[in-house]
Amino acid sequence: MDEIPVTLTVNGRRRVVLIEPRKTLADTLREDCELTGTHLGCEHGVCGACTVLLDGEAVRSCLMFAVQAVGSEVTTIEGLSPADGSLSPIQEAFRQCHGLQCGFCTPGFIVSVTAFLRDHPNPSDHEIREGLSGNLCRCTGYQGIIAAVKMAAEGGAGVGVAASGGAGGAGGAG
Amino acid sequence: MTAVHAPAAGRFVGQAVPRKEDPRLLTGRGRYVDDVRLPGMLHAHFVRSDVARARISRLDVSAARSAPGVVAVLTADDLNAAAGPMMPTLFVGGAMGPGAPLVPLAPGDVRFVGDPIALIIATDRYAAEDAGDLVDIDYEPLPAVVDYETALDGGERVHPDREGNVASQMEVPVDPGLQEIFDNAAHVVTETFRQHRYSAVPMETRGVVANWDPYREQLDVWLASQNPHEARLVFSRVIGLPENRVRVMIGDVGGGFGLKSFVGREEQVVVLAAYRLRQPVKWAEDRRENLIASAHARIERVTAKVAVEGDGTFLAAHVDHIDDVGAYPIGGGSAGAMVALFFSGPYRMGRLAWRTRSVYTNTCGRAAYRGPWQMETTAREQMVDVVARAIGMDPLELRRHNVVRRDELPYTMPGGAVLENVSPLETLEQAADAIGYATFRREQAAALADGRLLGIGLSLYVEPQPAIGPYANEPAHVRVQPDGRVDVFLGSGAHGQGLETTTAQLVAEHLGVDIDDVTVHQGDTESTPYGPGTGGSRSGPMLGAAVQEAATEVRAKAFTIAAHLLEASPEDLSIERGVISVAGSPQASVTLGQVAAAAYLNSAALPAGIEPGLEVMVRYKAPAGMYSNACHACTVEVDRLTGAVTVLRYVVSEDCGVMINPNIVEGQIAGGVAQGIGGALLEHNVYDPDGNPLAATFLDYLLPTAGDVPDIECHHIQTPASTLGGYKGVGEGGAIGAPPAVFNAVADALALVGGRITDQPLTPARVREALG
Repeated sequence: MDEIPVTLTVNGRRRVVLIEPRKTLADTLREDCELTGTHLGCEHGVCGACTVLLDGEAVRSCLMFAVQAVGSEVTTIEGLSPADGSLSPIQEAFRQCHGLQCGFCTPGFIVSVTAFLRDHPNPSDHEIREGLSGNLCRCTGYQGIIAAVKMAAEGGAGVGVAASGGAGGAGGAG
Repeated sequence: MTAVHAPAAGRFVGQAVPRKEDPRLLTGRGRYVDDVRLPGMLHAHFVRSDVARARISRLDVSAARSAPGVVAVLTADDLNAAAGPMMPTLFVGGAMGPGAPLVPLAPGDVRFVGDPIALIIATDRYAAEDAGDLVDIDYEPLPAVVDYETALDGGERVHPDREGNVASQMEVPVDPGLQEIFDNAAHVVTETFRQHRYSAVPMETRGVVANWDPYREQLDVWLASQNPHEARLVFSRVIGLPENRVRVMIGDVGGGFGLKSFVGREEQVVVLAAYRLRQPVKWAEDRRENLIASAHARIERVTAKVAVEGDGTFLAAHVDHIDDVGAYPIGGGSAGAMVALFFSGPYRMGRLAWRTRSVYTNTCGRAAYRGPWQMETTAREQMVDVVARAIGMDPLELRRHNVVRRDELPYTMPGGAVLENVSPLETLEQAADAIGYATFRREQAAALADGRLLGIGLSLYVEPQPAIGPYANEPAHVRVQPDGRVDVFLGSGAHGQGLETTTAQLVAEHLGVDIDDVTVHQGDTESTPYGPGTGGSRSGPMLGAAVQEAATEVRAKAFTIAAHLLEASPEDLSIERGVISVAGSPQASVTLGQVAAAAYLNSAALPAGIEPGLEVMVRYKAPAGMYSNACHACTVEVDRLTGAVTVLRYVVSEDCGVMINPNIVEGQIAGGVAQGIGGALLEHNVYDPDGNPLAATFLDYLLPTAGDVPDIECHHIQTPASTLGGYKGVGEGGAIGAPPAVFNAVADALALVGGRITDQPLTPARVREALG
């Protein structure tokens, strides 16, 4: 199949890639944009590891062709951290609450939670569990992840607090 | 979290410090095997059997070979003759049982759906998969052996060169003395329990990148693995290279749970292909392959017979175990002997006789999965409840009556192992108290009066950490660099356990430096000492002890040198964040960096008899027995109309000895419990009667979500182990204790209305059926 030039906007940067039109957004981000933080756990839209933001909405990049993202703003896990290399409040809350173990599903969770807390800045426990149920984690039993979402929400992560990396506190997983 | 008998926490050990691994993993900077890209790298795709058992009457790869982007199409004719022995682990032929007659690609016949027939190597994965569709295969189907319970009876053989379908068997028969106990017991209770097929399913599938480096004349392999050093030996053997011409590198690994302990067939085939082509090749397993062709676990049956005195005292047991190891088990597959030997678990059980058999079937092979012999707990803990109901005794009381108590330790189990430093009664009481056992019984009765079915389940177990063969020792190499920073080299292969953090905590505590000044290296066979990888819940007791010993020895040497430099006595020195000072005169001090500089750069400054350098390599040797223990308790509600099970509360009381990092301990427990709940209620690698796998996507193989797993409450008893530091294993326990706890709770609820259940998973349909 012939390759065509495709122009994407990823993490605020214009990228021109030469790809087959059938190439998924996930593969394009990983291979052609060298943004390997977007992970592939199932490639059929269930596990959520490949979640990215498309014009701010959480989408599964394994279920899209890259050409479908033309004209949109794509944000990957690499685009969610402050430029100084510190952690965003949501990332810091995951760290404080031991919300990750092997880390493979983690980028998808961070991206999903970023969109979720923006839309639900004060979520109930039930809303958190519902909101997370589209992302699979095999390591944590979700305990630390749920605690991290609560901590991030309480710290105002969902209402645009500046990324300071200071969610604070010493959350426990149990 | 509550803690009982807690040793005083150290400044670093015992603290819930945030993990060193997290910043890179949280920001997308982790490096997993599929993130490795080499110039000119090719991509591999396996063409696999669509039928469970067949002769291949025609295999035509010519169209695939000429497809766009294809570099090579390899079949059994191309690869098998040149391959050395395919032994996925050092355990094969030893303690773990049988090895299947494994070859790289299916040579003329296929033995399970997913059996690899051809390997396509192409310039990208899309082209490789396209070409896979062009491979033309004609099958002459044969009757498949699918049901392990009848596999011994039929005439069909999974492996034609084997006499039958028995992969291995062992027996300790009933002797006359034991028969007499059964003949004279007040009660003899017999029940059969089946555990269904479910599996590890890490979020990162398997994967490998292999490349021949002509400059160094060595094979470089990047691998998703728990065990780099064994992988190196496996690859060297299958290719026929000396071990020191193979380098294995493991970066971040996205979960393993046993699946990545041993080197799979596909990884060996891809490495063979890369060596043959002298080009870099990547294979990233897709989820369908992972679910049908990586490895399965758990599928087994136990028939238990227990002799009980009138007061509930266990007198003796007989265990008849059979498990399904599929066509090509990995790492021996069966853990049947362990299931039998540890069946008595934390109870006095008098005498024990047993038989275990492993059978081949035309299904995906069996491999280790988090608690590979947890059927001893799954079957025993269900059996305790069955006995309780049979003799009219409360299951908590029956456990209290038979559990081994502290004053009976060391206790020789009927299987021969010696329990020590365990606290089963204490965890039982702590869990029963935390879940409010007595109160729940009242709530249960009240709910029943309203027509609602509630149940409570207990699960009590001891968990041995294996210390046989390659698992019997563990290396740690601690090196202080001339600037005072510390490198630690391990033989481990962490895949989520946070060993970079816990190792740094131990070094900070026992060498006396800042956690940030410790860098932990693992996974690269070129720089790390030979070791057994990460598995078997051994990192706490073995790796923890090795690191502590090495760090302590380095500090002792640093003190000897510092005492010479400061003209003080080593006994008067202390170290704080890398600064060594003399007691009583804090201005007299020297940094660890200054000591290290003297050790490496100025031998003349060293005291007489002291070797230059500041590094220590130790190999910690395992004691005869290492045990952690725990009690799980959970409550459920069973919907009488739909059969749906809701877990209401889940409590764990765990004794993993001294906790190095409580967050990591509780994370391990919670993750294991979630896998156990998933196994009990949701997960199932289903086959149809013809051997077709029906769960090939995450829409069919249901992993628990955040909506399925309840809050998991952790409580701790800390009984130090006999190993240095007193740490015990905690990685597998959650997945061992959870299935029977959930099962017993559901059975408890069903018993209220006369329902009975002995098979898993506890799907709504099966529960509804049991309700009658």
